[in-house]
Parts: sequence; structure tokens; C-alpha cells
Amino acid sequence: MIWHDWLLVMILLSSLGPGLIIFSLAESSRASRTTLNIFGAVTKMVLVLVMILGIYRGHSFAVHFTILPGLELVLRADPLSALFVTLSSILWLFTTLYAIAYLEDSPNRSHFFGYFSLCVTVTIGIALAGNLLTFLFFFEMLTLSTYPLVVHRGTAEAMAAGKVYLVYTLAGGILLFIGVVWLHAMAGPVDFSRPGLLTPLVAGHGTTLKIIFYLLLAGVGVKAALFPLHGWLPRAMVAPAPVSALLHAVAVVKAGAFGIIRIVLDVYGLDTARTLGLLLPLMLLSSITIMYGSVRALSQDNLKRRLAFSTVSQVSYIALGISIGSPLAIMGGMVHLVHQGLMKITLFFCAGNIAETLGIHDISRMNGVGRRLPVTMAAFTLAAMGMIGLPPMAGFVSKWYLGLGALAQGQGWIVWVLVLSSLLNGAYFLPILYGAWFKEQEGEWPADSGTVGSLESHWMLIVPPVITAVVSLLVGLLANSSLSPLAWVRFIVRTGYGL
Amino acid sequence: MIRLLLQGDCWLILPVILPLLGALLSFLLKKQPRLPGVLGALVTFFASAALAWKLVSHGGGRYYLGGWQPPLGISLRADGPAVLMVLMTAVTGLAVSVYAGGYFQSRINKRGEEQRHLAQERSFWPLWLLLWAALNGMFLSADIFNMYVTLELVALSSVGLTALSGKPASQVAAMRYLLVSLLGSLSFLLGVAFLYKVHGSLDLLAIGAALSLAPAVVMAMVLISVGLMLKTALFPFHFWLPPAHANALAPVSAILSGLVINGAWYLFFRFWQGVLPLVGEGAATLLAVLGGVAIVWGAYQAFCQQRLKMLVAYSTVAQIGYLFIIFPLMEMGPEQGAAAVFYFVISHSCAKAAMFLAAGTLFLQVGHDRISDLDGVRQVLPKTTFAFALGGLSLMGLPPTGGFIAKYMYLSQAVSQERWWLVAVIVAGSCLAAVYICRAVAHILSPRLVAVAGPVVVAASMEWSALALALVAMLLGFVGPLVLHLIEVAG
Repeated sequence: MIWHDWLLVMILLSSLGPGLIIFSLAESSRASRTTLNIFGAVTKMVLVLVMILGIYRGHSFAVHFTILPGLELVLRADPLSALFVTLSSILWLFTTLYAIAYLEDSPNRSHFFGYFSLCVTVTIGIALAGNLLTFLFFFEMLTLSTYPLVVHRGTAEAMAAGKVYLVYTLAGGILLFIGVVWLHAMAGPVDFSRPGLLTPLVAGHGTTLKIIFYLLLAGVGVKAALFPLHGWLPRAMVAPAPVSALLHAVAVVKAGAFGIIRIVLDVYGLDTARTLGLLLPLMLLSSITIMYGSVRALSQDNLKRRLAFSTVSQVSYIALGISIGSPLAIMGGMVHLVHQGLMKITLFFCAGNIAETLGIHDISRMNGVGRRLPVTMAAFTLAAMGMIGLPPMAGFVSKWYLGLGALAQGQGWIVWVLVLSSLLNGAYFLPILYGAWFKEQEGEWPADSGTVGSLESHWMLIVPPVITAVVSLLVGLLANSSLSPLAWVRFIVRTGYGL
Repeated sequence: MIRLLLQGDCWLILPVILPLLGALLSFLLKKQPRLPGVLGALVTFFASAALAWKLVSHGGGRYYLGGWQPPLGISLRADGPAVLMVLMTAVTGLAVSVYAGGYFQSRINKRGEEQRHLAQERSFWPLWLLLWAALNGMFLSADIFNMYVTLELVALSSVGLTALSGKPASQVAAMRYLLVSLLGSLSFLLGVAFLYKVHGSLDLLAIGAALSLAPAVVMAMVLISVGLMLKTALFPFHFWLPPAHANALAPVSAILSGLVINGAWYLFFRFWQGVLPLVGEGAATLLAVLGGVAIVWGAYQAFCQQRLKMLVAYSTVAQIGYLFIIFPLMEMGPEQGAAAVFYFVISHSCAKAAMFLAAGTLFLQVGHDRISDLDGVRQVLPKTTFAFALGGLSLMGLPPTGGFIAKYMYLSQAVSQERWWLVAVIVAGSCLAAVYICRAVAHILSPRLVAVAGPVVVAASMEWSALALALVAMLLGFVGPLVLHLIEVAG
């Protein structure tokens, strides 16, 4: 085995190792914990960069490990996994920075950062999974490593939310497990690099393949918060802000959406999925979820809950793009994986700042926040504009390609879904912006922790959202450059799927 | 001499002789029973590992005690499943022994009643090592009368261990356990007598080869099966298990749930391996139905419990069900079925023993095991609570644990044979296990800051041994090919 085969394992270990050490650290050893966290995050970024360069030059990275005769765990880096790995490792670095400042002086930090690192390790595992079994393996582990983060506050509300979260995700995990076992029994181990494995079975076992598809879809759909399986997401908002940011932008919800991409494109293959008539139900389901999430978001006064329903809606763009099935729409869906991540993590960082610095949780109390937290609200505004899909922001690029792809496929009604959803996005984001910037402050802030020197808050709470907001602006503005996520997605669709 | 050792099959006898020797020494050295006890466990562990290595490299074999051939002599037989069970006993047994050392020391240090705790420890080591020897003898026995003898030895020493804690509840439970066990053994002995009358032989393989469905043989099989089902605590014979396992001392609970149950089941399995092709679908389905009910009923009861050790004990009732739902699956794929069920047994042994050890540590630290009052105990005993959670993961069948591999093999068999009701049972069992385990783990891993009783009073070895065992359960999620290779070695 040569060095670059071990690269993937090292990418996993770069967060697993620090995580395990952090577990054993005393609560008071703040410096070594922070050093380990940042060391892990930076190492992972460097390793991922090496991997991307390798993929670009045509290297293939794969590690195999047999756990039962004929059954392997496979880690493999293809262009699609590189997309998700890069997103996760970059956002992990920023979230770690943010979390260090956010959780300053709160209890159980060793525990928190330990599970935090485990969670990222597992997410990277999902991204690098080279076959369905490996995907299942890490997907189930994700539930377990995120649960302690969700209940981190330990309040009765947090414990109740944790229970709901476990019920949804473990039930989804079991459905996925049955689907995977059933598919293995029919077709043998399903490797992502061999599309068309199921094509010969379509004639004889069409119905069974359909049932299995819905089992798998329900399994990953819980984490992707597809309607009606989204119930856990708004409740999980009781978690600390960095956890919500991670859950919504990188780990759980994205893992579900990524799973949908894998199942449709790499397990069934577009042609087989189309022959079996699986794409239309998925398209309807994701359209319904988009509308439903947006409508529910309108009536939420709690900022994080509004953002949560917005996630329900926005993540379904990814599934929508895949289900439309034309190259442009797939590009739009895949690129939204990155775009939504950047924008949503910014929004959650900002919501966390507002709660942490001023003690504000409700939108109705946010009038005039723009004057007290100008930088935070500027980042929030950029990300919200992107979510609405104003050109030339990132969200616009996603929606543009989704619309074009839908038209190319003769599904003109999708454009109406996109337009209506954008209007709704505007309806729930613009009042926040208007209130924050243009209305007068009403009374005292609930709990103003004061300015830090000339800064509005701790610098580690401000820098991450500013960077992610600027990046989310740039990926839209420079979408046509060869370094943008869009360019990489074009590379995926061309080389990976020959579309 | 060394060459003679390597060539001969006397390796087979070592895992039986060595713990016996340890039992004797720890009985004689009344002042210091712990030293010979732990040393005996260590030596037995290495002897068992050596036996496994010998089996994989040189194949299975037979050993005639004192050179006497059957029918007069006692013969031992080593094949894959037998040695796997010996190895499982060695791993779990070593961890339990290390734990027990720390456990008795902590108890002696903690309270005023040193004499009582010393007396408990003096009885524990000989009984435990005797039990270990008897279990290994049972796994390696080739003839059915020896099986009866070892079964009786196992029963008597485990009853002794159960009664050790001296609390009224455990006395009652031990008495009930004794009666059930004796009934089971008698039934088994009667069955053995029938078989001997019909076949004129006591060798299990010989009997299996000549098996017919003559009335006397059917009678024998019913007697043997019922006897062993009583001892395995298959629903509806499970009533004696929860109080006995939950009220025993912590290391004893782990031994009973992790090892003793598996012993009786192993004999059952060995008999049914031969019978299964003869009796057809009906009997196997009956066993599986009982197993299915056990899974659901045990899990429901586990969910209802207020005490951690009772929860773990009822979880054993549920997990025993999995050992019996395998029989219908074995008709179409005997090898795969055997592989799945043995994988399940070893994973369960490690995970369950780890959970009982961890629960015992929590009990000793906090002074009670009421689940709802265990919030915040994680801050005091992080390794122990982690071990409990990890063991729970294996029971739920989630990756990366041995339980996941076992569940995968079960489901894969059930799906490919299109036995959908078994798929439903397995899935329901996993869901229910998730419910009751999460309920307990949510409390013991709760991030709430609750002041828990004072400084740490438990020995470090207790924390580490439970964690090590839980990590073995996790490691079993990655060594599938090795274990299957061992199982497939023929006798």
C-alpha cells in the first residue's frame, strides 16, 4: 500500500485522534483542548487539499477493509465525495473557532468538543464512503455522535428534544438498514463506483427495487428533513448555536441530502430510477417540502426555529435537483449542497451572536439590532439575501441552474415552485432585516454582555460569520471561475456521470 | 517434552485443568484468595488462546482422558464452535476476574463490614474458577453424560455465586434458581438415559449420525430440550432469571448473564444441530416463536424497570430470544445460521458482561441503581458510563460493534430466505432495545450537573475492565473474517 491510500484514513484520524484525546482531558485544560481542536481542523484541511489535487490529477484513492467474507468497508475519494469533504472540513474549522468562543466558561466542554470531533469524523466518513454498507456504517454512527451535542444543555427541553431526535433518526436508521440488507441479498454488495449494478434486475424485480428505494429514501430522508419526516429538526434547535450550525450546514441534514444523491445517482443510477418511475415522487415530495418549510417559517417568532424551517425548505432543493435529473438541474442541486451550507452556517453563527451578546432569541425583539451589532447583521444580511436568491448571490446560482434544468426536462411547473419559494423566503427574511436595520430599538437588550474593546463582541464570534458570508458572496459572484464550487460540480457531472 | 506438548492433544485439557487448579489454590490460601484467583484466570486465558491458535493452525482434535477410549473413558473434542466458546469465556472471564479483584477491594475499603466482604471474596474465587472449569469442560465434551456432569457443576457453582451477596432478595432468587436448575438437570439426565438405552453410546456425534424418530428418541429430545430451555431461561421459562441476575454481586451478574446462559444454550444448539434435519419446519418455528415472544416481552419488561441492574437482566431475557429464532433459518443455510448465531453469542457475552460490570460500578459508587436518579454520574465515572453505552450500542445492533455484524447476518439470512415475520421480529427487537437502552443511557450520560455522592470509591481496575470488555464488543465489529474462520474449523 502506498502513501496515498492511507491519505483517506489519515483524513478520518485527523479529527478522530484529537477527539479521543479531548475526551480524556480535564475540564480546566483549556489551552491544550483549543490547540488540539485547531491542530486537527487545520491538518484535515491540508490533507483534504492534497486529496483534491490528487483527484484533479487523476489519482484514485481507495481503502478496503473486509468485515465479513464478501462484505467490505470501502473509503474512496471521487469528485462528489471531495465536494462534501471539502465543505465539511472548511466549515468545521470555522465552527470550531466559533464554538471555542461561544462556549467559553460553560460546563462540559471536553465532552462537547470530543463529540464535536467524532461528529465531524463520521460526516467525513459518510462523504468518503465507497459503498452502501460503509455509508450505512457511518450514517448510523452520526446519530449517536450528534445526540450528546443536541442534549448538551441538559435542560428538560433539551432532553425532550433529544428523545424526539433519537426516535426519528434511529427509526430512519433501521429502515435504511433493512433496505441495504435487502439490496445486498438481491444484488450483492453495492459499490458506488459501479453504476448500473441494478439495471439487469429491473425487468424481474421492479416492484422490489421500488420498495427498497422507498426504504432507503425514508432512511436518509429523516436526516434530510424531507416532509413529513422533518419533525425533529425544529425541536433540535435547543442545542447550542455552533451545534445547530453544524447540524444544518454540514453534518446531519447534509448527510441526508448527500445520501439522496448517492442513492439516486450511484446506487440506482439515473436511468434505472427513471425507468422505475422513482424520480417523479421524489420531485413532488421535495417540492412539497420546499413550500411547506417556507410557509411554516413565516409564522415562527423564535429566530432559530425560523432558520430551522428555512433549512427544511432549502435542503430539499438538493433533492429537487437530483430528481429533475437533467445535467443542469443536478448541477444546481449539488452546488446547493455547498451554497446552502455556507449561507446557513452564517445565519446560525449570527443568530448565536445575537443570543450570546444581547440575549435575544425572538425576532420580535430584534428591532434596532443592526446598530448594536453592525458587523454581525451585515453578515446576516448577506446570507439572507443569498437564501432569497437575489442575483448575484450563491442562492441565485443554485436556483438559476435548477430552473434551467427543469425547463430542459420539460417540467416548467418547477420554475413556479422556485419563484413562489423565493417570494416566501423574502417574506420571512426581509422583515428581520428591516426591523434590525431600520426600526428603533425598543427598551433595553435582555442581557447585553457589553462590547469588547472597539469590537461589538468577542472576535472569534465575529470572524467566522464574516468569512463565511464573504465566501458565500464570492462563490456566487465568481461562479464562473475555475475555482468555484460550480466549476467543481460541473467537473463531477461531466467526469463522474458522463452527462 | 515441548515437542510432545505441541504434538499431543493435551492442549485440550488445559482450559479445564488450569481453572480447577486455581480454584483449589484459592480455596486453600484462605488469607489471600485473590492472588491465585487472578493468576488462575490469567493462565486459563492464555491456555484458551493457545488452544484457539492450535485449532486454527492444526485443525480440530480429540483427547481421551488418561488414554482411556470410550465407552469407558472420558473424551474431549475441539472444533470451531467449541473453541470459540472457550475463547469467549476466557476473554469475558479474564475481564470479570480483574474486575472482581478491584470490586472486593473497594468493598472491603468502603464500609465497616470487612469480615463479611472478606468472607464473600473467599467463597467467590473457588466457586468462580470451578464454574469456569465446568463451562470449558461442557464446551469441549464429546459425550452426553459428561455434558450432564458439567451442566450440574455449572448449575451448583452458579447457585452458590448467586447466593453470595447474602441479601434476602438474592437468597430467595438463588433458591428458586437452584430448584429450576435441578429440575432442568434431571430432565436432561433422563433424556440422556433414554438416548443411551436406544443407541448404546454416549458420543454426541455417533448418536447424531444414527438418529431416528423412534418414540424413545423423541421423548429424549423433548426432555433434553425442555431441561435446557429451563436453564437458558427461554420464554416462558425466564421467570427465575431477572431476580437471580439482578440481585447477585456485580461480577457474578456478569458471569451469569454473559457466560452461564450461553453454556446451556450451547448444549441445546449442539443437540438441535443433529435433530434439525429430521424434525422439519414445525419444531424450529415453535422455537423461533418462543424466541420472538422473548425478544418482545423481555424488551418491554426491560423498559418498565426502575433499576439499572433489573433493566440489564430483562435485556438478557430479550437477547436470549435471538439465540432461538435462528433455528428456522438454519434449515436452508446451516453454516451461515451457525455463524450468525455464534457471532451473536460472543458479541452479547462481551457487551452484556460489560454492562453488568458497569452497572455494578455505578451501584457501588452511588449506593443505588435507580435509573432516574443516576443523572450526572458521568462526571464521576466517565469510563464506566462510556462502557455501559458502548455495550448498549452492541445490543442495539448499531455500528461499529459486533452486535451490528451479528444483526446484519441475521437480517441477511432472513431476507434472502424471505421469512418476513422473522425480519419483523428482528427489527422490532432492535427498536425495542434502542428504546430501553436509550432510556438508561440518557440518564447516566446526562449532561446535567448533579452533585453525586462524594469522591470516587471504586477501584480503577473496575472501570478499566468494563471498558476493555466493551471495547472488545466494539472490536468484534471489525474482525468478522477471523471469527468466521475459527467457527468453520471442523472437529
